[in-house]
Order: sequence, then C-alpha cells, then structure tokens
Amino acid sequence: MDERFAAAARLLPGYLSQHVLLSLCALVLGLAISLPLAVAASRSAAVRWPSLFAASLVQTIPSLALLALFYPLLLALSALSQAWLGRGFPALGFGPSLMALTLYSMLPILRNTVAGLTGVDKAVVEAAQGMGMTDVQRLFWVELPLAAPVIMAGVRTAAVWTIGAATLATSVGQTSLGNYIFSGLQTENWVLVLFGCVAAAILALCADQLLGLIEWGLATRRPWRVWAGAAGLVAGAILALSPLMAAGTGPSYRIGAKNFSEQAILAQLIGQRLRGLGARSEIKDNLGSAVIYRALAAGEIDVYVDYSGTLWANVLKRTDNPGRAGVLAGLASDLARRDHVLLLGPLGFENAYALAMRADRARSLGIASLDDLAAHAPSLTLGSDLEFLSRPEWAAVEKAYDLKFRRLTNYQPTFMYRALADGEADVISAFSSDGRIEADHLAVLTDPRHALPPYDAVILVSPQRAHDARLLAALRPLIGAIDVTAMREANYSVDRDADKLTPARAAANLAAAARLQTPAGPRR
Amino acid sequence: MAGGPGRPLIEIRGAAKRYGGANAAGPLDLTIAAGEFVALLGGSGSGKTTTLKMINGLIAPDAGQVVIDGAPADGEPPHLLRRRIGYVFQEIGLFPHLTVGENIAVGPRLAGWDKARIAARGEELLSLVALPAEAATKLPGELSGGQRQRVGVARALGAGPAIMLMDEPFGALDPVIREGLGADYRALHQRLGLTTVMVTHDVMEALLLADRIVVLEAGKILADDTPAALLADHPAPGVRALMETPRRQAARVEALAAAGRGA
Repeated sequence: MDERFAAAARLLPGYLSQHVLLSLCALVLGLAISLPLAVAASRSAAVRWPSLFAASLVQTIPSLALLALFYPLLLALSALSQAWLGRGFPALGFGPSLMALTLYSMLPILRNTVAGLTGVDKAVVEAAQGMGMTDVQRLFWVELPLAAPVIMAGVRTAAVWTIGAATLATSVGQTSLGNYIFSGLQTENWVLVLFGCVAAAILALCADQLLGLIEWGLATRRPWRVWAGAAGLVAGAILALSPLMAAGTGPSYRIGAKNFSEQAILAQLIGQRLRGLGARSEIKDNLGSAVIYRALAAGEIDVYVDYSGTLWANVLKRTDNPGRAGVLAGLASDLARRDHVLLLGPLGFENAYALAMRADRARSLGIASLDDLAAHAPSLTLGSDLEFLSRPEWAAVEKAYDLKFRRLTNYQPTFMYRALADGEADVISAFSSDGRIEADHLAVLTDPRHALPPYDAVILVSPQRAHDARLLAALRPLIGAIDVTAMREANYSVDRDADKLTPARAAANLAAAARLQTPAGPRR
Repeated sequence: MAGGPGRPLIEIRGAAKRYGGANAAGPLDLTIAAGEFVALLGGSGSGKTTTLKMINGLIAPDAGQVVIDGAPADGEPPHLLRRRIGYVFQEIGLFPHLTVGENIAVGPRLAGWDKARIAARGEELLSLVALPAEAATKLPGELSGGQRQRVGVARALGAGPAIMLMDEPFGALDPVIREGLGADYRALHQRLGLTTVMVTHDVMEALLLADRIVVLEAGKILADDTPAALLADHPAPGVRALMETPRRQAARVEALAAAGRGA
C-alpha cells in the first residue's frame, strides 16, 4: 500500500470521530432549535417570515466565513465571561464550529417543517379542532405525523450539508475530516486531499441513506423501516465515536500551526520532542495567522512558532524597524507585558516575506531590488498568498517603493509557485525559508529601504504554560538550533512534487540535521 | 345531561359574528330542544355555517351568548366543550395516517376511556354506521366516499355526544348514496336520542330529514317552522320562493307516477 495512503488511514479514527461528533451535535442542536421554531412559525406569520428570512440569510454567508465570524464573537464572549464570572471558555475549535454548523443546518429543517405543517389538509385540522383536541394534541397526534416525511427530507438535506461543511471546521482549530483536505492542499499531497474528500462523501452518503430509510418508512407508514434506519444511525455513530471514548487521559499539549508546510513541520517537531518527554500533544493546524496569536494569548493553544516581523507589524501594530535584535527584544517585553505571552527565543532562521521572481525573468528585465521592480510594476502581475495583501507589511512596501502592479491575484501558497512557473504571475510574495526558492531558481528582490521587518522564527508559549517545566525543557534545545538551509531542505522535502515526505517524517529529518538530542527528562 | 326531550339544550342568545365590517351572522336568537333535528337552510353567505360553528366554539361570537345545556359555552375551554359535541362536515377530514379503527377511537381517547372500553366502542360504532368490522384496519384512503362519510359520522359519535353538528355532511356524495346516508342518519338520530343541527343548502334534504327548518338569509332568521308549515303558504316571499322548487318537483313526480299507474 502507498505509504501516504497508509499514513492517511491511520489518522482516520481520530478525524472521523471528531467529524461525526461535531456534525451530530450540530444537527441535534439544529433540530432542537428549528423544530419548536418551525411549529411557532407554522402557526404565526409574524414568526414565519422573520425566522425563514434569517435562516436564508445565514445560508448566503459562505460557510467558511461563518466559521471565521464565530471565533472573534466567542472570544469576546469568553472575555466577558472571564471578567464577570471568573471563567472563560475556549473560543477556538469545537465551540465556533458547533455554532456555525448549527446555524447552517437550520434552514432546511425549518423550511421543510414549516412547509410540512402548513401543508396539512385544512379539513384534517378542522376535524381535529372540531373533535376537541388541544393545540398540543393536534400537533403531536395529527400534524407532526403527517408532516414527518417532509420534515425528514429537510433533516436529510441538513445532515448532508452539515457533514460537508464540517470539513471547514479545521480552519478554526477543530479536528475533522477537513484536516486531510487542508493538510493535503498545503503540502500538495493529493492522496491526502482525495482521502479526505472521499471519506467525507462516504460519511454523508451513509447518513443520507439511513435518514432516507427513515423518511421512506414514515412516508409509507412502515415502522420497521424507521427503526432499521434509526438503528443504523445509532450503530454508525457509536462505531465512529468509539475512538473518543478510548482516548487516553493525562494533560495534553496543544500545538498550533498556520497553514503552510514549515508550520506543519515545526509543529510535528515540537510534538515529537514532547513525546520524547512522555507528554501527549495534539496539533491544531491550518489556523489563520490572525487567529493563532489570539488563540495562544487566550490559552486555547499552548505553543506555536511565529515570525518576529509578523508579530511586530500585526500584533503590536509597529511600523518602525529597529533591526533584528531590536525587534526581538521589543517583542519579548511587549508581549509579556501586554498578554503574558512568553517569547522563548528564536529558532535560528528567518522566514521573511520577500518578493521573488523567476531568476531568468528578473535578469532579462534588469530587476534586482524592489526599487528596480517599481519601474516595471505597472506591466507586471503580483501573485500573493491569501493574506499578504491585507497585511501591514504589504502596505509598508507598497508605500515605500510606490508599487503599482497591473494586477493583483491571491493564491493558496502552493499554487502561487505554480502560477509563477506558468507565467500567470510575474512576481510573488515568497517566503525566504521556502525550499522552492532554490529549487525553482527564483530571485529574491532586495529591500534597500528596509520596508520589511526581520522575520525571525520564534517560539511563543501561552500564559498558562509559561512556567511549565516539561514544555520548556522540550522547547529550549530548539532555540538557535535550526538554520535556514536545514529549514529550506525540510520544507522542500514536503513541498516537492515527487517523492514527498509527510511533515512528521520531515520533522524527524530536521531534528537529525539539527543534531537535536532526544531530550533527557522524566521518562515514563 | 339530565332531563327529557323538550328541554332547551342549545340556546343562542343574540349571538352575532362580523368579519371585517361585513355581517356574517346574527344577531340571532335560536333555541333548540333536546331530541330535535333542526336544519339550518340557506344559500351561500346566509350565515348558516357561522351559526353552526358558534355552537361548538369553532367560531367565537362577537356579541351575545351561546348556552349549552344550561351553561354558557364560553365558561370552559372550547376543546372540552367540543369533546361533548359531535361534528361532521362535508370534507370529513379523516386522519389519513390512522386506520378507520384509530380514527373512530380518537373521541374516546380524548375523553380518557380505557383500552378495553375503546375497543368495544369501536366495534359498536362500525355496526351503528353499517360498516363491516373488517373496515377497522383499513386506511381512509382505501374507502369510497360514502364509506368515508360513514366513518366520519362514527367518529363524531365516538364518545357518545348528545349533540351532533353537521355541516353539509352529505354534500359531496352522489344523490343515491346521499339519500341512503341521510335516511340512515335520521334513523340513528332517532335511535340514539340525539339532538342534531344540520346545515344544508338543499331544500329537499332539509324537508325530508328535519323536524324543524330554520331558514337563514344574510345572517338573519327568515323563517323557523316545521317542514309541513313551510311547505304550506308562508307569508315571507323568500320562503315561498324557496319552497316553490320542491313543491313543483313533487307535483311533477306525483303526476308522472299517476300517469304510470293509469297506463
């Protein structure tokens, strides 16, 4: 069996159980809210139009955006709860995913239930009233049984939508089958992407068929079909959720990672070092760079690697450039003071934002620096990753060199290099530690006006873990241990098209290259 | 409900209903005694259905009062009142997801009867409306229109009401079945000592089934008398016009029959 396929299969129980748990909770919660609301809506037009309108409105929001919106909302609520009740709650992961998916599941249930209830024959309703049924008796004896097949059809649609949209929960730190897709996309591991898609599709299909059996049973009034469908759902859910119940105990460290290969490798490296000390860890990957720092400050993840310039410009909102050491010192004191976040130290390499071109193209146009680029920019296209154009660094570069491109285009990082190779983009926002710079023969343009700050990779530790001896013991040997050559090589081993390594394998190679000893510490 | 026939069972006292400024019925006064079979007769918009539904509270009057067996109808929650009053209407409204047996058991279930009593009542009801016992396990969709309305009558009789309200109960059936059902119901009314109020726009049906006909026009009572009295010369021109058709038809049928005998 393909090694990548085997690696993906090993992750399945964990991902599937989380995916099923999330979808199931969202669907149950969606039902619990939508059904009573739909009953109220079917009896009163004053409830019907606003609730259906609101549910339709939610549906027009892209599901990814809906997930993203709930994170800051929960963060603010958590801060309020911390201030008033002395207890916060995690704003990352399960919470925002559950809320977004619940909202997402509501429209089909709401719409079908209202349609089913209002579609009950008026004569039947009149008979129920004429016989002396109360409103509640009429609902449970007559209207709900008659509307049940239509309601079940809505539940089916909701289930399929929820299971599909749950793959996006990965982006707010909730493990799901989406981890395959996001990680695969990030490292161009199409086996992984396909595995995730197929797994999510099979799950949705199974749920749909079993719910369909229940719907069929209700429509044909064959109770055994209803029971068979329900039994299948319960058995499937128990099977899928069993890994959660078997999960071990003991404190677990949560390692954050952004959505590119280097972050995945470094998170694996930290995880491997913790394992060497007998500690369990889980990786929350594919986090956005705005989300990840706040998640650390709020204690939802314990440790991650960020870059000094990113923190300087985005978190501290500084636009000055006091140099490499100055930025590091300023960050260490300001982050500690402001958020009690511990900056443990730099890993030893920089991963700077840099504008890069194909070397041959740069030579022929005579471009070596950003100053040279400014003259040619109006005839060139800039391809950037998804966030560069909205970051202050871009604003600084744009202003310092007065860059005006013919066109600006966003790409997923891996596709950005493809676009450059294909000539779709002339200049890209590259990362200086990226292995593809050497492999693809790219020229990194110099920054004579120092518009871009330094980008030392630094380890950040959350306030709660700032004095955690075991974590610090695992992390300290990494300080200053990784040079840019080793990092580029590790990145390339994951990003290249042929003979790709998994981030875990690349991390092990990186540890060997950096001559990291297995930490000597309390072993179990 | 104590008391013998002749005692006032349904009293409508100055009850009126308006819909958005237009008068639907009343104000009208009407007293119906226990054991009577009263037809509310009139064209569409005469207020006959509104009047009927004010009796069991499906329509609440804007003014006036309805008194059932000596107690004001609005003195208790309407669903409790309706459990003591049978209600049959043209669309029948059988519960399509329940079998015939389950449909006719709804009244007894609402009344809180125990299982054995409900089962026995089910058989009794089917035989009352002349349906075979096997019909109990059928779904309403498997029955003919006439059978369905028989089930509708059985269901209304479920918990043994003293009053039956019927709104064009046989209006959707073809004439032969309709006549048979009407006659069968009239016999049931007699046998069970029911008090029946039936809405109809069919003069012949009212004449043949009812003891007393209340003719309504624009929400007001135009005439209130026995069929025989109405057929005789009535002072109101509206009533005379109404009775013209059945009288002419009867005369014509009589003439035809005589000609047949003569031939």
